[in-house]
Amino acid sequence: MPSVTLSLNQRAALLSIVMLVVGLLIWEAAIPAQTLATELTEYERLMGLGQERAGVPPPSDVLAKAWEQLSDPFYDAGPNDKGIGIQIGYSIYRVLTGYILAALVAIPLGFLIGMSPIAYKALNPFIQVLRPISPLAWMPLALFIIQDSEASAIFVIFICSIWPMLINTAFGVAGVRTDWVNVARTHELGSLKTAFMVILPAAAPTIITGMRISIGIAWLVIVAAEMLVGGTGIGYYVWNEWNNLDLTSVIFSILMIGVVGMLLDSAFAFLQRAVAYAE
Amino acid sequence: MSKPFLSIERLTQQFPDGQGGTLTVFENATFGIEKGEFVCILGHSGCGKSTIMNILAGLAEPTSGVVKMDGYEVSGPSLDRGVVFQNYSLLPWLSALKNVTFGVHARYPDWSKTKVIEHAKTYLSMVGLEGDVVHRKPSQLSGGMRQRVSIARAFANHPKLLLLDEPFGALDALTRGTIQDELLKIWGGTEQTVFMITHDIDEAILLADRILLMSNGPHAQVAEAVEITIPRPRNRTEIVEHPNYYAIRNHLVQFLGKRSKELSGKAADKEDMSPEPVRIDKTGPSESDAESEPRLRAVND
Repeated sequence: MPSVTLSLNQRAALLSIVMLVVGLLIWEAAIPAQTLATELTEYERLMGLGQERAGVPPPSDVLAKAWEQLSDPFYDAGPNDKGIGIQIGYSIYRVLTGYILAALVAIPLGFLIGMSPIAYKALNPFIQVLRPISPLAWMPLALFIIQDSEASAIFVIFICSIWPMLINTAFGVAGVRTDWVNVARTHELGSLKTAFMVILPAAAPTIITGMRISIGIAWLVIVAAEMLVGGTGIGYYVWNEWNNLDLTSVIFSILMIGVVGMLLDSAFAFLQRAVAYAE
Repeated sequence: MSKPFLSIERLTQQFPDGQGGTLTVFENATFGIEKGEFVCILGHSGCGKSTIMNILAGLAEPTSGVVKMDGYEVSGPSLDRGVVFQNYSLLPWLSALKNVTFGVHARYPDWSKTKVIEHAKTYLSMVGLEGDVVHRKPSQLSGGMRQRVSIARAFANHPKLLLLDEPFGALDALTRGTIQDELLKIWGGTEQTVFMITHDIDEAILLADRILLMSNGPHAQVAEAVEITIPRPRNRTEIVEHPNYYAIRNHLVQFLGKRSKELSGKAADKEDMSPEPVRIDKTGPSESDAESEPRLRAVND
């Protein structure tokens, strides 16, 4: 028998597949079969017992649902019946809008805080008080002031993603080694050139780490925010399917939330590797 | 009296000592450096060598005193004064070549991209870095190679004054020797004015035209300026044969080992704190008397 040697990654992948299959089989086996309606008396049927009872669906149902949804992700059949692609698209749009606005505020402000000890000391108390506030706590205030649920959701994303970016940018900029700044000084670089040619690349790994944490938090928060504001988005979709008692769709959308979150995170992981440097 | 190219006049540096008083690191340091001269400064840790270097580079401000270059007072950092730092100070996210072009581009903003790259490559090859190695990041280079890049970056900018802050301090003895030779080679072709800090007596004798000796801090002074009377080009294996080598070396060891302590802590007692010039030359017949003297006292010219 020829001996097959697999690399560590291949063996790990094999193990993952085995665990997935075993897990799905256990799940499938644990769901009791529905009693068929024909075996019931008319009285039982009249009492509604013959109806499909809402229960946790077996994985085969979820897979079928996933196939059905993913083969036509962008259909739009009215306010409460849109394809998963459209719902996720709305969520990503909100996350990115709020997130980019937050980056536009947090990164320049973080630079300022990192470069000026007085700005750091002056702004630190505000940051420390505002940072631990749950982003959803802002929702009523946002709804009252902005008077628009869509913009309020974006504001919630903005407020939750600003802090990790702000703090990491300030930390990264403050931690740039004096030697590198001295190199800029002895080469007569102006402050703008120093910021872009020395401080930004030196602090980039820390800044990108903050951005990665922020996008993770933003994706966590958008689901909850959309459950509150309703209308569109993956969070609303989950809640809507719960109201429909369609647990198959709920489980499918939960998986989709995980997949999109993973993709967003790996995009930043890629960016992180691109700006990393070894001293 | 004509002023030297670089003149340091009554430079004093004081720091708060943490108990409400002030600590005088050095005071009234006064010396000059001629154009094209290679000057080393020797002294124990804490005598303020690095502070003098930072003041010359424009990275620090003295408590009092002035530095004049070409007759103009120095203030703030400038491309006219290139610095090679002890820890190389290469930007780790740029390749070796880009670290040099970074400097060249800052010095000559009008040059075309190809000209900047050509110029940088020329200087990198002068310190023995050619081919693919110039595209590596500093983290992929050995300590010696990093310092070569740093030296190439400084020389490529043609500064009027080159400041070297213990450039070989972090290198092993063999690498140090090779790079010292390269430094001599690249310096020989440019007539660059160099001011260098070192802890290494042999290194100072090999490289310098003059060695400034500092007494210990606090209240350190630039006490002596020893002329190195060994003709160039010098070679590390041959200079030890020169009759002046051990005479100079003994004088330096004597100073650092004993007299630097005796002189320390004394407040300046005279107006002019210029270092006492010392010339030791055993090749001439008139100096034969000095040989009998065991301490090899300074012989004033």
